[in-house]
Amino acid sequence: MSINYIYPEYEVVRNDARCIRCRVCERQCANEVHSYDEERNLLISDEAKCVNCKRCVTLCPTHALKIVKSDCRFKENANWTDDTIREIYKQAESGGVLLSSMGNPKPLPVYWDKILINASQVTNPSIDPLREPMETKVFLGKKPDKVKRDENGNIICKTSPQLELSIPIMFSAMSYGSISYNAHASLARAATELGIYYNTGEGGLHEDFYQYGPNTIVQVASGRFGVHKDYLEAGAAVEIKMGQGAKPGIGGHLPGAKIVGDVSRTRMIPEGSDAISPAPHHDIYSIEDLRQLVYSLKEATEYKKPVIVKVAAVHNIAAIASGIARSGADIIAIDGFRGGTGAAPTRIRDNVGIPIELALASVDQRLRDEGIRNNVSLVVGGSIRCASDVVKAIALGADACYIATGALLALGCHLCRSCQGGKCNWGIATQRPELTKRLNPDIGSQRLINLMTAWKHEIKELMGGMGINSIEALRGNRLMLRGVGLNGKELEILGISHAGE
Amino acid sequence: MKKIYVNEEWCLGCHLCEYNCAFAATGDKFMSLALKDKEIRPKIHVEDDGKIMYAVSCRHCEDAICVKSCISGALSKEDGIVKIDKDKCIGCLTCVLVCPYGALVPNEGKAVTKCELCTDNKCGEPACVKGCPNNAICFEERG
Repeated sequence: MSINYIYPEYEVVRNDARCIRCRVCERQCANEVHSYDEERNLLISDEAKCVNCKRCVTLCPTHALKIVKSDCRFKENANWTDDTIREIYKQAESGGVLLSSMGNPKPLPVYWDKILINASQVTNPSIDPLREPMETKVFLGKKPDKVKRDENGNIICKTSPQLELSIPIMFSAMSYGSISYNAHASLARAATELGIYYNTGEGGLHEDFYQYGPNTIVQVASGRFGVHKDYLEAGAAVEIKMGQGAKPGIGGHLPGAKIVGDVSRTRMIPEGSDAISPAPHHDIYSIEDLRQLVYSLKEATEYKKPVIVKVAAVHNIAAIASGIARSGADIIAIDGFRGGTGAAPTRIRDNVGIPIELALASVDQRLRDEGIRNNVSLVVGGSIRCASDVVKAIALGADACYIATGALLALGCHLCRSCQGGKCNWGIATQRPELTKRLNPDIGSQRLINLMTAWKHEIKELMGGMGINSIEALRGNRLMLRGVGLNGKELEILGISHAGE
Repeated sequence: MKKIYVNEEWCLGCHLCEYNCAFAATGDKFMSLALKDKEIRPKIHVEDDGKIMYAVSCRHCEDAICVKSCISGALSKEDGIVKIDKDKCIGCLTCVLVCPYGALVPNEGKAVTKCELCTDNKCGEPACVKGCPNNAICFEERG
């Protein structure tokens, strides 16, 4: 076909009065948008290739560049939007499934933004975190139901294995392969420094990162890539990935082009072969099957490490979580429908799963009703964007939050949502050596540490305002939350009152 | 003494150091005004063969061969920094020939120009270090 129906989505606007022809834009764009015409001394742009990642904009030393959304649109139509028409053209040309990356960008409700937090006034004192101690430490794992004593009356202190977190936040699973070596190095180093955990994702653990094992969660997913004895023993906890918020119900596919060198070694599969994670675990078709894997992993790690079961937030999540809480798992991680991904079919990413806020509230309530809430800790992810989201999640009943998109943003990601192309200009979602070197882990880990330190301060401020001085006292404290603009059913599921009540 | 070092591992070959260097020398407020339509003569330059890239500038050698070779006494060492007295330089370019790093640059006019760790401008710390987007260029003490 000679005609391309798709007009470039963005325009590269160059302020020629400012452009000094340093050609940084040209050198830094892996999509080859910019090029220099020596004869005419002009920089020109092929906008059709632009993904709006803002690498050129950020590095341009004279701020001569901006990328704007093209105003050349299709005829206005509230039903057939530009995106819809564009997607039809793409599929009519390619005949393929549409692929997307990162989280669901559709204007579906964000419940965090419709929940407000309480503060103390007059009748109860607020606490100033700069002057008084404030505890943000949490422990994840199975909690004892009652105090047990031995025959001499001494308290039995031995509890199930626990993860100790200095703040109730962890970096969630992103595999080596989907993100770069340097991105993993940044996460591992930051997690170690912060006293929290990062998660290997399903791509195995690079041998260089075994040293960060005490702050690493190793994942076992349906492809079982890179899983072996040393791997399981290296981590502080083992996570069984049953599902992912961005693509519930389907597996994964890392193209052979990304299975090079160390990625292939770490995943324990041949170079150039596609890494296909099946949709289900082929040995898990029931809670009983899940229990077998949970106990196999516990057996393999001598019952020293908590086992996490990660599921996507879907329609019957409360019942599913109830089953997992009885499977022997120590921690349940639930991933909401806004969770990110390195690549997922667009239709799945944008239409499957449910908001994490509703899933969390219903799971916490169900486990309490059944008297098994202490069997497990709850970790939630799927677009936790800021400290107040963390506070709201904990007040809704979570023990801790998983963040990944936020962490990648700290590393330089600009959410251009083109990870599937493998040409990440920020050196994150790519394996091309000239691109991965753009992320210096010295800078990356420091930016992650800064972000988490800032959130920690904000969490303390918010807790102090409520007159609460520990995360433990905030967990499940839904009286601290009020909804705005929510209907009766939404408030009922969230278990909160409307503002003004 | 603190010197400029380059970590090849993190150099992106973006050449921003060259422009920051040239800009620092102008003392101007805006890079766009200072460097627009000008040919720059930076005192740091990026070696780039498409695979390996790193920025090179004056090493401020202990036993600096450029100082030794200077026939007019324009080059000297002050507090460890190899400095050039532009009034004394006669532009014979002997130093350019002898420097194994290519760190001395012929300039417009007769005097050569070279990195003096931004002590010759109002930049404070070296501009190439400050502007490097990937911490590939550092200014530090090494044994």
